[in-house]
Amino acid sequence: MSLFTEFPDMSRSELRDFKKAIDGAFKDFIHAYGQGIEDFFKPLLYFLKWFENLLVGTPWPIMLAIVAALVWFGSRSLWLVLGTVASMLLIGYLGMWENMMYTLALTTVATLICIILGIPVGILMAKSNRMQAIITPILDIMQTIPAFVYLIPIVIMLGIGLVPGLIAVIIYAVPPIIRLTNLGIRLVDPDILEAADAFGASPGQKLWTVQMPLALPNIFAGVNQTIMMALAMVVVASLLGVHGLGLEVLKAVNNQYITLGFMNGLAIVAIAIIFDRTSQRFGKRLQKHSEVIHG
Amino acid sequence: MASHGIEIKNLFKIFGPRGKKYIDAVMGGMSKTELNEKHGHVLGLKDINISMPAGQIQVVMGLSGSGKSTLIRHINRLIEPTTGSVVYEGQDVCQMSKSQLQAFRRHKTAMVFQKFALLPHRTVLGNTVYGLEVQGIGKDEAKRRARRWIDRVGLTGFEDHYPNQLSGGMQQRVGLARALTNDADILLMDEAFSALDPLIRTDMQTVLLDIQEELKKTIVFITHDLDEALRLGDRIAILRDGEVVQQGTGQEIVLKPADAYIADFIKEVNRGRVISVGTIMEPTPIEGDVIVELKPEDMLEVAAQVMAQQEEIRANVRDNTGKLIGSLRLKAVVDAMVTAATH
Ligand SMILES: Nc1ncnc2c1ncn2[C@@H]1O[C@H](COP(=O)(O)OP(=O)(O)OP(=O)(O)O)[C@@H](O)[C@H]1O
Ligand SMILES: [Mg+2]
Repeated sequence: MSLFTEFPDMSRSELRDFKKAIDGAFKDFIHAYGQGIEDFFKPLLYFLKWFENLLVGTPWPIMLAIVAALVWFGSRSLWLVLGTVASMLLIGYLGMWENMMYTLALTTVATLICIILGIPVGILMAKSNRMQAIITPILDIMQTIPAFVYLIPIVIMLGIGLVPGLIAVIIYAVPPIIRLTNLGIRLVDPDILEAADAFGASPGQKLWTVQMPLALPNIFAGVNQTIMMALAMVVVASLLGVHGLGLEVLKAVNNQYITLGFMNGLAIVAIAIIFDRTSQRFGKRLQKHSEVIHG
Repeated sequence: MASHGIEIKNLFKIFGPRGKKYIDAVMGGMSKTELNEKHGHVLGLKDINISMPAGQIQVVMGLSGSGKSTLIRHINRLIEPTTGSVVYEGQDVCQMSKSQLQAFRRHKTAMVFQKFALLPHRTVLGNTVYGLEVQGIGKDEAKRRARRWIDRVGLTGFEDHYPNQLSGGMQQRVGLARALTNDADILLMDEAFSALDPLIRTDMQTVLLDIQEELKKTIVFITHDLDEALRLGDRIAILRDGEVVQQGTGQEIVLKPADAYIADFIKEVNRGRVISVGTIMEPTPIEGDVIVELKPEDMLEVAAQVMAQQEEIRANVRDNTGKLIGSLRLKAVVDAMVTAATH
C-alpha cells in the first residue's frame, strides 16, 4: 500500500553515491585536462582582453565617432545616428562610459564567435535531416536549461573570469543563428535550386550562389536575435566576474540601489536598441532586390 | 549547329521508394491506376522511345500530369530513371558519373523553366552570366557574352534591373538569354511560354524561331498547347499517362491522328496553318498557262489566299530548285482545310 503514498525513489545513499560518482569523474577529468582546456582558451582570453583595452583605451570622442560612423554605415538613418550619439553621451555623462565599453566588447566578441560557429553548424544542419534531428534537441536544451546550471561545470573547468563569462553568453546566444541559418537555407525555393542544378552547379557553388544569398534575410534575423540574447546575458556573465554594466546591476541588486540598477539596466537597453535597429536596417538594405515588386 | 540527336530508349520512371521492384509488373502491363492503388507508387513514364532530331525542335505535348516535365528532366538527369537510357553523342546520360554529369550539364545543355526560376538577388546581367560563372569562365568574358544575348532577346537597357522589376514576358526573356549564353547544343524548355499572355507568348515563339533559324540547336520544347506545338515543332510526341501515344510531324498528327484522344486534341486546330501544299498536291503539273505558282512548303492558308486574290482555281507547285513538281485545285485546298482527313 505504501507504494501509493510514497514514491518508490532511489535510496538516499544510492542517490548520494550516484551524484558523487559523476561529480568525482568530472573533477578527475578536469584534474587531468584542466590545464589543457585553459591553454586552449588562452588565445580567446588575450583577444577579448585586447579588444576591451582597445575600446576603453580609445579616447571617447574618437570612439563616439567610430560608433556613429558604424551606425550610419549600417542603417543610413540620420535619426538613428543622432539617437545613438545622444544616448552614448548621456550614458557617459552618468559615469558609465567605461562599463559600457566593457559590455560592448563582450557582446561584440560573443556575437562574432556565435556567427563563426553558428553559420557553419546551421549549414550542416540544413544539408542533412539526420543532422537536424541531432542538433535541434541540443539547441532546445541550450535555450531552456537555466544558465546557472551550466555555469557550474564552466566554473569548475575554467574558474571565474572573462572566458567563462564569454562561454556562458555564447551557449545562450548561439542557438538563434544556427536555427535561422538552417531555416533560411531550407526555405530556398526548390525551383531555383533546380535551375542551379540544371546549369551544373556543384554543391559548393549552389551554397554560395543560391542558398546563402537567399537565406541571408533569415541569417540576419538570427544575428539580430543572437545580439539581443548576448546582451540579455551580461548580468549572468557578471556572476562569473565579467565587468561592465552587468556587474553594476548585480551590485545594485545585492545592495538594493534602485537608481544604480535602473541606470545600468537602461544603458543595456540603449545598446540593445542601437544594435537591433542598425542590424535590422542593414539586413533590409542587403535585400535591395526584393523592394520593387512588379504587379 | 548541333550535330547529334538525343536517343531516348526504353525509358521507365516509377516514382516511390521502391520503384525498381515494380518495373517487371509495369512491363507486364500493370496500369498507372493499378500501380498507385495496389503499391502506392506513381508511374511517371512507361517505355518511352523517342529519337529527337539534331538541330531541330522536338515538341513533347500532353495534358497536365502526363509526364512531360518528368521526361524532359531525364535528359539532363534532374530525375533519375528507373530503367532505360538517354543517349547523346554515343554516351548514356543515365550511366554518367557525378562529374561527367556535371560537365554534361555545364557544357551540353541549358534549360528554360516554366516559372522562370531566375535568381531573385541578381540583376538581369547577373542571371545571364550564371551558366558561364558555374563553368568558371572569367567575369569580363562572361559579361561580354551575356550582353550579346541580352541584346538578342531584346532586353538592352535592362541589364541592371532585378527580376521582380520585370514583367513575366521580360523575365522569361532573361531565362532564355541565360540559357542561350551557355552556348550549349541542347536547349531544354519546360513549358517555357505557358505562363505568358497569348500575345507575348506568340512574340516569344517568334524570338525562339528566329534564334533557332540561326543556331540550329537541338531543342526539346514542352507544351500543353497544340497551336504552340504545331508552330514550333519539327517533330511532336504526344504523351498520355506517361506513355507516348503518337509521334511524328505536326502534319502527320493532324492528318492521321492515332486515336480518338488525339483526334479530340486536334479538333480545334486551324488546319490551314498546319498542312502544306506539298502534302495534298497532285504529282502532275498542269500544262499551259497557269498564273499562280506555289511552293511545296507553303501552308494551305497561304495557298487559298493567293488563289482567291488572283481569282484562280488552279495552281502549279514549283520547288526550290525551280522544277515544277505538281499542281493543286482550290477545291482540294478548301476540302483539306475544313474536313478531317479520313484514315
Ligand atoms: N516526385 C514525384 N513523386 C511522385 N509522383 C510524381 C513526382 N513527380 C511527378 N509525379 C507524378 O508523375 C506524373 C507526371 O508528372 P509531370 O510533372 O511530369 O507532369 P506534366 O506533364 O509535366 O504536368 P504539368 O503540365 O502539370 O506540368 C504525375 O502524375 C505526377 O503526380
Ligand atoms: Mg510540367
